[in-house]
Amino acid sequence: MWTYEKILEYPVKIKNPNPEMAKIIITQYGGPDGELGASLRYLSQRFSMITPQAIATLNDIGTEELAHLEMVGAMVHQLLKNASIEEIEKAGAAPYYADQGRGESPASAGGVPFDAFCLQSKGDPIVDLTENLAAEQKARATYEYLIDLADDPDVIEPLKFLREREVVHYQRFGEALRIVQDYLQEPHLYVMPKPGFMK
Amino acid sequence: MWVQVKGGSIMPKELNKMELLKQITALNFVIEDLSLYLNTHPMDGEALTKYNCCVTQAEALKKEYEKCYGMISEHSSQSPYPWQWICEPWPWEYEANFNLCREEGNTCGLTKKY
Repeated sequence: MWTYEKILEYPVKIKNPNPEMAKIIITQYGGPDGELGASLRYLSQRFSMITPQAIATLNDIGTEELAHLEMVGAMVHQLLKNASIEEIEKAGAAPYYADQGRGESPASAGGVPFDAFCLQSKGDPIVDLTENLAAEQKARATYEYLIDLADDPDVIEPLKFLREREVVHYQRFGEALRIVQDYLQEPHLYVMPKPGFMK
Repeated sequence: MWVQVKGGSIMPKELNKMELLKQITALNFVIEDLSLYLNTHPMDGEALTKYNCCVTQAEALKKEYEKCYGMISEHSSQSPYPWQWICEPWPWEYEANFNLCREEGNTCGLTKKY
């Protein structure tokens, strides 16, 4: 099970509303390489994973991604909270506002709703871990594009933290993949000494 | 950022709420990162010692925080009367978060370099 801690993993404190930024940052909430997909991917894959190290890695990174989902949600929330209707319209966020107001639901920057096909849980340890290496890199690239588009340090700082975590997760998944590959190459035959009467 | 725990006694008293929160966040992060590392390096004794030490420090700081400022953990914090868990602000609100101190000359918050 999970329990909740009433603290963000890394602080989100954004002074100035910016609906334009909110409607693109939402992609890391519920877009194809977003945190919702990442957490559900790892938490789903762990049921069929092998080796204690790789199972724990999926369990714990999947859990950390939920904390990242909360951070991204906090960013969108603070960027929209005090935005006026005029600011929302000027930022081209009227379609977002029409569907969700100042609320949040998982979708990409282009407004495409979250699709569980992005989870990619295949039941094969090598397939799943290789998928995750690519997933972490795609999320890293997305955070870099978002940083390119941002100009407020209050927004850039948490985005940089989230980007760094993708790099660390990529490293851990690489180690888990190596451990699983080594395990699969080990001989799993148990050799027993021949009893005397068979000699 | 680091808090020395000597002979079981806790840090300097009268840390304000945001300062305590900052230290707890920092320790939580070290614990998170070390635990991911230990998952794939379970025989690294040095990292394990560091992990255990951070857990002890974080527990002490959380206890201190909860004494003055309210519950942190959904299921392991005790509540005064009336039930305190519902108190605002929740972590996604602006007011709940501490400011990152940007040291002078450190432009890390203002540059786009990754």
